[in-house]
Amino acid sequence: MKLVIINYGAGNTQSVKYAFQRLGVNPVLSNDVNEIFSADKVIFPGVGHAQAAMNELKAQGLEKFIPQLTQPVLGICLGMQLLCQFSEEGNTECLGIINETVKKFEPTLKVPHMGWNGTTNQEKNKVFNNKNEQLYFVHSYYVPLNKFTTEVCDYITPFSASIQKDNFYACQYHPEKSGKVGEQILKNFLAL
Amino acid sequence: MLSKRIIPCLDIKDGRTVKGVNFVGLRDAGDPVELAKLYAEQGADELVLLDITATHEKRKTVVELATKVAEQLNIPFTIGGGISSVEDAHAVLNAGADKISINSAAVKNPQLINDLAEKFGSQCVVVAVDAKQIFNDPTIQHSTFNTQNSKWFVHLNGGRIKTDLELFAWVQEAEQRGAGEILFTSMDHDGTKAGFADEALAKMNSVLNIPIIASGGAGNMEHIRNTFINGKSDAALAASIFHFKEISIPDLKKYLKEEGVLVR
Repeated sequence: MKLVIINYGAGNTQSVKYAFQRLGVNPVLSNDVNEIFSADKVIFPGVGHAQAAMNELKAQGLEKFIPQLTQPVLGICLGMQLLCQFSEEGNTECLGIINETVKKFEPTLKVPHMGWNGTTNQEKNKVFNNKNEQLYFVHSYYVPLNKFTTEVCDYITPFSASIQKDNFYACQYHPEKSGKVGEQILKNFLAL
Repeated sequence: MLSKRIIPCLDIKDGRTVKGVNFVGLRDAGDPVELAKLYAEQGADELVLLDITATHEKRKTVVELATKVAEQLNIPFTIGGGISSVEDAHAVLNAGADKISINSAAVKNPQLINDLAEKFGSQCVVVAVDAKQIFNDPTIQHSTFNTQNSKWFVHLNGGRIKTDLELFAWVQEAEQRGAGEILFTSMDHDGTKAGFADEALAKMNSVLNIPIIASGGAGNMEHIRNTFINGKSDAALAASIFHFKEISIPDLKKYLKEEGVLVR
């Protein structure tokens, strides 16, 4: 199986690569359209600022290409937020795969939402089928609940911990940093 | 609800874990990567690795450490020690560290906090602060009473150099500049195993809107409970009590759950 991690300068690319290597898979890091297109599965990582990330994707000619992918794609953290239409972070136009606006947390509790939190399953899902275990989150912006929400986390407000639309799977938490529970989610994605 | 975090801290010198009492008289407690993996398996929520190696090739040793740990560890970790520029931070984060911790470098050049937050995001910028409580009456060394007549001052170089920075003003400045988290070590409590500086931690919590990691003074499980409940800390950091197996993380988590503290 060929697994490609989209390598556009996201902060957690190495961590995601190592997480798959621990599971016995050797991912290819690439920003080459042909290389990504030929993958069986694609990982879309992301840590950092939405606007900076979109600028990178545009500069590397990837922003039109990613929505056209037909193989299973896993977006992680900012990678999930960038699948949406728009982000309040830097008022950024994103990839538009999911017609939602990424919002900033109202700081009624500490922001960033940093640490381990539980999720509840919205529906049965092949990838996001975690049973009340906690996962590691670090973020200041969130994807609101919508019809593609697969898991819900509640911090300040209930928000999408994970989503799925067609072949696009994405989670706000970091499966690569969520211990055994996160490893299971990565295994579920590999098994699709 | 967000869980309270348990964070073992590994002090690393020349590739080996060490821990001193009040930062002097270091003892050897093993290989950092093996120890990091063991803690992750036992249920540690995060790790902090402080590289205290003093060499001219500092950045190289810190990056090597970050790479080795990132390859093996499936929980988040912070690297501190010797990071004093955006370039240093980039190298360590690029190697796979989740956060970087800066201490003296932030005091000497506060703009570094802004630069790091802008470049990498606040979530990976931990500002570590070492402070001592100084009493107006110099005959008083330590008191849990009469704290009105005292101020906390930021110290550098493991507590050896006092600055004029007042602790609470400094941590608020750090937050405004873009720090994502404060790691507060009370030099008065560190190494004493008599509990954390919960009064100061609670006060800090009331003036900040970013998470606070309590450090210095953990001697038993009750101290950790107390810093979560009384000190309002978001995370508790300790070294020797974990390294020398005085507290096991599974026992600690079980005890905290029984005490009504939300943990993973």
